[in-house]
Formats: sequence, structure tokens, C-alpha cells
Amino acid sequence: MTMLFTYAIWFAQTCFVLAMVFAAVRLIRGPAAQDRVLAFDTLYINGMLTLLMLGIRSRSTAYFDMALLIALFGFVGTVALAKFLLRGEVIEP
Amino acid sequence: MIATELPAWAVVVISLLLVIGGLVTVIGSLGLLRMGDFFKRMHGPSMGNTIGTGCVLLASMLTSSVLAGRPVVHELLITLFVVMSSPVTAMMLMQAALYRNRARNR
Repeated sequence: MTMLFTYAIWFAQTCFVLAMVFAAVRLIRGPAAQDRVLAFDTLYINGMLTLLMLGIRSRSTAYFDMALLIALFGFVGTVALAKFLLRGEVIEP
Repeated sequence: MIATELPAWAVVVISLLLVIGGLVTVIGSLGLLRMGDFFKRMHGPSMGNTIGTGCVLLASMLTSSVLAGRPVVHELLITLFVVMSSPVTAMMLMQAALYRNRARNR
């Protein structure tokens, strides 16, 4: 049972890091600006999931607060970038 | 090690949730990398991030609840936030891409 849990956590963490690598490749290669913003969105969500996996492994609640902050600020950043791509301004007068 | 304190059914359920979440997330990100068009690329991360986050947060909630012996549901906050914010970002990005494609073709 212990081995099953350890392997599952290793597998999930490897998957999330692999997903982060894919998103980073798209972030660098993306042909248009909206591709890069989408890749950035994927990147921070996967980073948040990696942090949550660390939280499950070490049973510490500090990682939860970090994950919440990443989700919050990542959402704000993505919306600001999308708004900028749409209008050319983040906050309209 | 944490797994020695968990009962067997919890270990099985948590491991299953983690494996499903990891697989769905990596498939979604692979779609982001491999698809040919921006509007095709949109699907992968939206699906993968929502389902993967749901699975991992469910596993986290289950772990802390079983370990504490009482319901610990503060991860519900992140789940709620991600489920609410992911469609909004997808919609705004699609709107921006449509507008930019139209402006470029004009």
C-alpha cells in the first residue's frame, strides 16, 4: 500500500512537470500572442497542481495558501492580458 | 511516511484520483502542444486543467480529512475558484483571438 501511494504521487508529479514543459515549449514557440497567454494559463495551473502534490506529500497546510494565491493572481494576470489583447488597454477610461 | 497512517481504501482511492488527474492534465497539455490551430488548442488545457485540478483537490481533501478524522474542506475554495475562473479566461482569450484574426484580415 505504501508503495502504491508513493508511485501514484511520483506519477502525478511527473505528469504535472511534463505538462509544464509542454506549456513552456508552447509559450516560447507560440505563433501569436494569444497562444502565449493560453500557454501561460496552463503553466501556472500546472505549477499550482505541483505545489498541491508537495502539500499532499508533506502534509503541510502552507502549500495550500501558496496554491490559492497562485490561482488568484494567475487568473487576474490572464484576464488582464486577454483584455489587453482585445482592447489595447487593461483599464478602460 | 504518510501512507502508513492511511487506511487501505483511502490509499486506493487517493492513488486512483492522482493517476487520473495526472493523465488528464498531461493529455490536455499535449493537446496544447500538438494541435494545429489556436481554436483547436483551446480545448486541451480547458478540459485538462479543470478535471485535473478537481481530481487533485479531491485527493488532497480526502487525505487531510482521513488524517484529521473530521471533514477538512478548505481546498473546496481553490476548486470553486478554478472551476469559476477557467471558463472566463477561455472565453476572454477566444474573444481576443477572434478580434485579432478579424483585425488582421481586414
